[in-house]
Amino acid sequence: MDLEFEKTIIDIESKIAELQKLSAENKLDLSVQIRELKKRAQAYKERVYDGLTAWQRLQVARHPQRPVLQDFISMMFSGFVELHGDRGIADDRALIGGFATLGDYRVVLVGHNKGKTAEENAERNFGMAKPEGYRKALRLFKLAEKWNLPIITFIDTAGAYPGLEAEERGQAEAIAHNLTEMARIQVPIVTLVSGEGGSGGAIGIGVGDVVLMLTNAVYSVISPEGCASILWRDAEHAPEAAEALKITAKSLLEMGVIDEIVTEPAGGAHRDPTQTAEEVRKALQKHLAVLCAKSVPVLLEERFRKYSGMGRFDS
Amino acid sequence: MPWFSRSKDKMPAEKKEDIWVRCSACNAHVYKEEWFANLSVCPKCGYHGRLTCDQRLELLLDPGSFTELNASICPNDPLNFVDGKGRYAEKISATIEETGLRESVKTGYGKINAMPVAVAVMDFRFFGGSLGSGTGEKILRAANYAYDFDLPYIIVSASGGARMQEGMYSLMQMAKTCAGIARLNEKKLPYISVLTDPTAGGVSASYAMMGDVNMSEPGALIAFAGRRVIEQTIKQKLPKNFQTAEYLLEHGFLDLIVLRHEMKDRIHQILTYYRAGRTFRN
Ligand SMILES: [Zn+2]
Repeated sequence: MDLEFEKTIIDIESKIAELQKLSAENKLDLSVQIRELKKRAQAYKERVYDGLTAWQRLQVARHPQRPVLQDFISMMFSGFVELHGDRGIADDRALIGGFATLGDYRVVLVGHNKGKTAEENAERNFGMAKPEGYRKALRLFKLAEKWNLPIITFIDTAGAYPGLEAEERGQAEAIAHNLTEMARIQVPIVTLVSGEGGSGGAIGIGVGDVVLMLTNAVYSVISPEGCASILWRDAEHAPEAAEALKITAKSLLEMGVIDEIVTEPAGGAHRDPTQTAEEVRKALQKHLAVLCAKSVPVLLEERFRKYSGMGRFDS
Repeated sequence: MPWFSRSKDKMPAEKKEDIWVRCSACNAHVYKEEWFANLSVCPKCGYHGRLTCDQRLELLLDPGSFTELNASICPNDPLNFVDGKGRYAEKISATIEETGLRESVKTGYGKINAMPVAVAVMDFRFFGGSLGSGTGEKILRAANYAYDFDLPYIIVSASGGARMQEGMYSLMQMAKTCAGIARLNEKKLPYISVLTDPTAGGVSASYAMMGDVNMSEPGALIAFAGRRVIEQTIKQKLPKNFQTAEYLLEHGFLDLIVLRHEMKDRIHQILTYYRAGRTFRN
């Protein structure tokens, strides 16, 4: 999928590829021209990506080539042991987790499991979890607590799945239960919003001591399309709703909803997944080091204070 | 993701006519006096109409026992939100004017048959009972009050879900209020959640579902996602009683459905078991 605002970037990139091919085939030295073009591409990418609107960033966050959890697992973590099932009804493929190693840290990793192909997304329900997915997450959080391992969660979902069986099996209860338990889990929790942070389905694994967001990730109380169809009575107004809802990492950092932005390479994570994973790894390790040094009472008191302070009102 | 959205046909049942109230369930016309004397329950079909927070407090607490806390808290439009119909800031002023409320919940403490409790009662008239920053703040502070004074906590929910006009601050109230409930659990203090018509979206997916005892009234709508959203997703018709209190009871998410005029005594009865446990253990 090519995004409208990426056309020029893609043009320059294909010109670079052409020159490289030409230089290789004809043994020509085009290194000056190539370097010049690469510089132009970089400057252009930076300029375009700095100026993206909230709606455009949402398209980047939903980009089909954006790295998903499985990519991060293979690029950053070693020794991943997936643990299946909620011990009740099913193993939800939309939300997965297990043991994982990140540098010196042995952790429990839990995240939404978006796919990249149609087959993957059919199996994983586009990362939209059912109650059994949230209950599996909770089971793994409690396991992490019992074994004294820090928790890392990756958020990337359009939302919790809105379906008949999801309601029947208590989607609301499953999310509520996670929020309540996560408030007092006695190990550090670091959360990264890597792509789409879709409402209750996102926060259902998102009560972190530290909440990070990639530059082009979004996090919203409702999809801009849904908001527009209610408040504008027309989903066509979604770009305005995206702006009004303040869903970008930059806005949410200013609002104090998230703690830090993890910088994506210019041109977005889908252009350079390796560099993206490297930045994520550094950020996670830095925060794990700080959080793991804290005593449990301090950790819990700070978490309580962090969430107590959320929101703005007059009194 | 799409929270419960208000549609015209889901507006409050009672039309403000001079002497009659029309029941929105059976269309019967009932004398206003009779309707309110019957606690806004239809004498013909038993439909439980919506209550204001003051009516609910009068119903649940001993006369004159309620003391309100944090009454001054009100929304302040932190996002400078403007939608197709205007500025949130202006709607806040208009809603305060119209309802005499300053947020979608009233909180404080009082007594149920002489037993002291902390309470939070939501009001659907204020932005559809949505979960604003001030709503979450008041619910958390009342939980902290219960925590500090060892009181049972009772929350009566009535809400369409998140308050979109406050963006992510609204979503964060889910984590904030649940953090308050989690501390009550640690101190083994009782929390009774009363889910009234409607309790949906971000409210059902946070404190409303976390009661030691979850109770509701006949016919109340309790949902996570909106009915239309689900129909669009699964492309099939839903059962008739889908997302009613009876449906939730059947599927295991409510402890009991209580008739409105029995609710106060039933809550008191339940709390006597908590008190018995405390006495026995000490
Ligand atoms: Zn009736």
